[in-house]
Amino acid sequence: MCLAVPGLIVEVVEGSGPALRQAKVDFAGIRKQVSLAFTPEAGAGDWVMVHVGFALNTIDAREAGRIQELLRQLDDAAARLEPGTE
Amino acid sequence: MKYVDEYRDPAAARALISAIARVARRDWTVMEVCGGQTHTLLKSGILQLLPAGITLVHGPGCPVCVTPLEQIDKALEIAARRQVIFCSFGDMLRVPGSAGSLFDAKAAGGDVRIVYSPLDAVNLARDNPRRQVVFFAVGFETTAPANAVAVEQAGRTGLRNFSILSAHVLVPPALEAILQSPGCRVQGFLAPGHVCAVTGLRDYERIAETYRVPIVVTGFEPVDLLDGIRLLVEQLERGSAAVENQYSRVVRTAGNPAAQDAVSRVFEICPRKWRGIGEIPASGLRLRAAYREFDAEVRFNLAATGVAEPPECISGLVLQGIRKPHECSAFGIRCTPETPMGAPMVSSEGACAAYYLYGRQ
Ligand code: SF4
Repeated sequence: MCLAVPGLIVEVVEGSGPALRQAKVDFAGIRKQVSLAFTPEAGAGDWVMVHVGFALNTIDAREAGRIQELLRQLDDAAARLEPGTE
Repeated sequence: MKYVDEYRDPAAARALISAIARVARRDWTVMEVCGGQTHTLLKSGILQLLPAGITLVHGPGCPVCVTPLEQIDKALEIAARRQVIFCSFGDMLRVPGSAGSLFDAKAAGGDVRIVYSPLDAVNLARDNPRRQVVFFAVGFETTAPANAVAVEQAGRTGLRNFSILSAHVLVPPALEAILQSPGCRVQGFLAPGHVCAVTGLRDYERIAETYRVPIVVTGFEPVDLLDGIRLLVEQLERGSAAVENQYSRVVRTAGNPAAQDAVSRVFEICPRKWRGIGEIPASGLRLRAAYREFDAEVRFNLAATGVAEPPECISGLVLQGIRKPHECSAFGIRCTPETPMGAPMVSSEGACAAYYLYGRQ
């Protein structure tokens, strides 16, 4: 139920007031109308997490990149523990 | 797809599983709170790959599963009325009430429709001025802001034929109920990422401190869950009880202020019954007095029914992580996804349905 899906804002449609701001959002080729009522800062080119037709938050690209950094560290740690393997 | 595929990468999952095996020295029991997380854990087979000493128990974070029987019965009563268009998210349709489900109500001629967003229900009300449109407002803090905006929208445009049946529930009071229960086995929580995207971390910090329990706010993909388990086990091994944010690409410490504001303009906190668990104080949301006219219980003058749940169903114990689904005597025999006895067998996010679909552990 709390499922949310990442999508890319293609175009913002200004409504009358921030509560009615809408966007066209692309989900891997499927486009849907999404409310930006909770993400007044979001604009075209931003990624958002969408739940029941509303963008819950923007996705922070820098924070998202941390997982790759973590995996590099894990690889190094594993290599130190098991020299010569992998 | 960006922001999905990299969190489903098998090599990354393997690296995290061996990292967990390196840090885990003792046995730990931890709970993933959200049903979406339960679903991922079973579907991806993560549970079998974890070190044997790490036990995951499955939490109450499936709104479909915890919506009380009497609220389903009220939905059925409203949906049976001729002038009503009853709108719901799809996963509520098969949940058994005491006499059938919304799906049965539809088969019997009720106008029951599945909507994707609460705004769809508002639009239906606008387009069908002679009908009463009722939206079944089920969900956690993640969904409440959207439903709040829908009610405000109806108010702003003067719709007199829109109302909601609220079964909104809040996560932190449920965690406290679990921690206070005498049978509690949970030593740490993977907290629900999308709930925290709205609310922020404050309530979780209070719980971590009060109950000395570590909490890791976690996403929903396999790599997120493994990373969350890794952080939680690291905390448990070093005796820490802090709140950490694994899902920082979506969750900010303060949550989403615009969404929080929408909820507090429209809703207020109330006691709420949880299916199988019972009433938990201050664990639900109802409409504020200013929005009472949009309350379906008021509009249709529905009284509390006080119905009893099937005695064999142990969903309350399952939802608190005290028993596993396959320990229920009805599991897979009298209770299957085709003929569910309790709500956790209905939704794919329910622990019983996830065990049934992906094989008991
Ligand atoms: S298997 Fe069915 S009857 Fe048993 S706890 Fe789960 S939902 Fe209830």
